[in-house]
Amino acid sequence: MRVFTKEFWFQFASPKTFYPFAGRLIPWFAGAALLLTVVGLYLGFFVAPVDYQQGNSYRIMFIHVPAAWMSMFIYVVMCVYAALGLVLNTRLSDMMAAALAPTGAMFTFLALWTGALWGRPTWGTYWVWDARLTSELILLFLYLGYMALRAAIDDPRRASRASGLLALVGVVNVPIIYFSVQWWNTLHQGASVSLTSAPTMAMTMFTAMLVMTFAFWAYAIAVALYRVRLIILERERHARWVVELAEQER
Amino acid sequence: MNWSSWSEFFAMGGHALYVWGSYGVTFLFMAVEVLLLRRRRREVMRRVRRLARMQREINE
Repeated sequence: MRVFTKEFWFQFASPKTFYPFAGRLIPWFAGAALLLTVVGLYLGFFVAPVDYQQGNSYRIMFIHVPAAWMSMFIYVVMCVYAALGLVLNTRLSDMMAAALAPTGAMFTFLALWTGALWGRPTWGTYWVWDARLTSELILLFLYLGYMALRAAIDDPRRASRASGLLALVGVVNVPIIYFSVQWWNTLHQGASVSLTSAPTMAMTMFTAMLVMTFAFWAYAIAVALYRVRLIILERERHARWVVELAEQER
Repeated sequence: MNWSSWSEFFAMGGHALYVWGSYGVTFLFMAVEVLLLRRRRREVMRRVRRLARMQREINE
């Protein structure tokens, strides 16, 4: 079986082979994101009941929690690619890490933004310097630092090594965000959902949140694949196949 | 059904600013990200064609 050979897997590490492969995947993930968003919004606004304590402001949860999860998850995936790039010297891994960063930064900002707008009616304040909020803000700075460092170094190999190291050092922040609500006394509430126990919320609310999480997930994959294709084109702009592709597209 | 009318839906029980401010900005950012990526793709393609044209002119 060809699937079991090293050559089969390593061919996807070649930007030229990965480019059309990624292109075929994008419509599926984009379509899934759209469909899941429609279903998730329907569940979130029309099926999930009003919260007896918070009223309707709790509906922010359906985007706040998925955005916060994605902000951490994308960072970890970005670090895995950065580590692969550093260890194996595969250019595509580094390009994938670079492609994930802006989307991760966006979700981090959105987690903070929706959190502020949820905090105001619930806690009476947009912002507090508690451990959860502060460590999430640090995550945003890590993403921005990673992107700025890449942009500041002209040589792509040096840029990928330096930014990859920065990403790896910053990964310690992810467990800090996740466990901050247990380790410190935070205004932010503890986790309502965990792998080891049943969620402490109504099933319809939980389903809406889960569907929105998958929607954001599919969106992030589609966007990251689209962006990695652009990075491939930019890096390989002198390659014959890129030139032919560009001339065909006119 | 949670809402007896559309105006009740948009009012979000007095939390309209917070709920719609969250959802609005989230989907705006996502839409803008997609638009920026599409524009970047057109720019990259144009740049590749220009580089190829310059290369051909040098070779001639």
